Amino acid sequence: MTDNALIRLNNVGMERGGRWLVRGVTFDIMPAQIVTLIGPNGSGKSTTAKMAIGVSTPSEGEAKRRSDLRIGYVPQKLNIDWTFPLTVERFIHLTGRIDKTAVEEALAMTGVAHLRNNQINNLSGGEFQRVLLAHAIARRPNLLVLDEPVQGVDFNGEMELYDLIVEIRDKLNCGVLLISHDLHLVMASTDLVVCLNGHVCCQGTPMVVAESPEYHELFGARATGLVRYQHQHDHTHLPDGRVLHQDGSITDHCHPDDGHHNHDHNAQAEGKSHVG
Amino acid sequence: MLDDFFTRALVTGIGVAIVAGPLGCFIVWRRLAYFGDSLSHAALLGVAFGVLADIHLTLAVLVVCIGVSLFLLLLQRRSNISSDALLGIFSHGALALGLVALALTSWVRFDLMGLLFGDILAVTRTDILFTYVGGAIILGILILIWRPLFAATVNPELAEAEGMNPMRSNVIFTLLTASVIALSIKIIGAVLITALLIIPAATARRFAGTPESMAVIASLIGLLSVTGGLYGSLQWDTPSGPSIVVACVVLFAISQSPLGRLLSAERRKASSGTADERAPR
Repeated sequence: MTDNALIRLNNVGMERGGRWLVRGVTFDIMPAQIVTLIGPNGSGKSTTAKMAIGVSTPSEGEAKRRSDLRIGYVPQKLNIDWTFPLTVERFIHLTGRIDKTAVEEALAMTGVAHLRNNQINNLSGGEFQRVLLAHAIARRPNLLVLDEPVQGVDFNGEMELYDLIVEIRDKLNCGVLLISHDLHLVMASTDLVVCLNGHVCCQGTPMVVAESPEYHELFGARATGLVRYQHQHDHTHLPDGRVLHQDGSITDHCHPDDGHHNHDHNAQAEGKSHVG
Repeated sequence: MLDDFFTRALVTGIGVAIVAGPLGCFIVWRRLAYFGDSLSHAALLGVAFGVLADIHLTLAVLVVCIGVSLFLLLLQRRSNISSDALLGIFSHGALALGLVALALTSWVRFDLMGLLFGDILAVTRTDILFTYVGGAIILGILILIWRPLFAATVNPELAEAEGMNPMRSNVIFTLLTASVIALSIKIIGAVLITALLIIPAATARRFAGTPESMAVIASLIGLLSVTGGLYGSLQWDTPSGPSIVVACVVLFAISQSPLGRLLSAERRKASSGTADERAPR
């Protein structure tokens, strides 16, 4: 069954200039599965994603990708200034020629078909993001990778985007790797959340709390797209970079194999605090 | 026909302009104007090297420019100095070093003005051959790497994630730029080569709706500038390089004026938009 995994990370780590950016990361992305990577800035989310999709080679461990892996990528930000004459349609063809029906479908699915002849630098932020998505899905990927897609998007926009991602997943049956800086609210349809901070702090399925009355009061009916992710940590990152473990000991670094971590997260007490 | 010095200069200049257009677009898109300056100033070093080693000057300039461009790429990846400051140091350093080296080769009589600002009298039949053979190779390679290079220019992360190799496109593009600079030093001179690369491209932007059309229009505008500049140079006995650059600037100014708006891509699109919808798909 794991042979079918789109991506399989086995204890991967990346070292730069004698420092481990991230270490000991293990997870699979299965077809049609939505995986969300969360963590504070500098926690190794992007590094992990890069190792996963094969842009960089891990310094240790193993990153396996299915041989037919085809990635559609939505970058975090894209500066297209006035010097680029670039229409929406040309942008869709950026990394390869795409057949006409796939282009039409992608434009229709993201709701930007009416913009196909517009210059990219004249689009609004929301339109531009949909065009980025249209580009990624027109390639008919089996893995869609989104790098912090909701940064700078308002709450309604975030909900709409998550709905759209689920719709795309259902239609293309593709896996989704989502990188997010929001530590507590993740997309409701996420199958697996991986919380990073130089290593895997915890991973699991998000808790469904959308039924709770406070939650509804806070976010209204639209909130069904989001769920709270309950972190279950066996250690705390102190402000000075040291790590306070559950057994009370303090170490300079945090390694998955240093004996302080209990990887059976289900056995952990709930509600451990998480400090950056 | 090629016996006439002016025809030789014109034919070479047009060849250079056609190649410079598409490459210039990438220099504008990637904001590499300063990088181009550094390379073209290094071309002077190439001339000194060619004199010392007694080899064909264009070839010597090509070798030095390629070496310098690779060195700069490496330096930019490794160094802690900002790439802006680094290029500033390098650009002026190369210019000064080139001038000093040329002064030391005192046994050769040099037309320094010609080297710095271009000399239409200096163009030989060999130069024409170099320009057209070299130019065809450069354009051919550029067409081959066009899609990955453009994708890497728009967003390297995206290109890399979707299976392209931005670093390779980058290196090839840098080599092509070095080659164009080597080809154009005689016509336009070391100081002003970057102008022939970026001004036609910036002028073309207004009239282009796609990157490909911008490249073609940039070539045409370069061709017009070279022709106009060289005739002006002949007419008023001015150095060829500055004359060509003045022609470039005039065309750029026209493109930004209300006259240019009449021809601009946006306007064309607005008027042809309705026709598009009526056309059967």
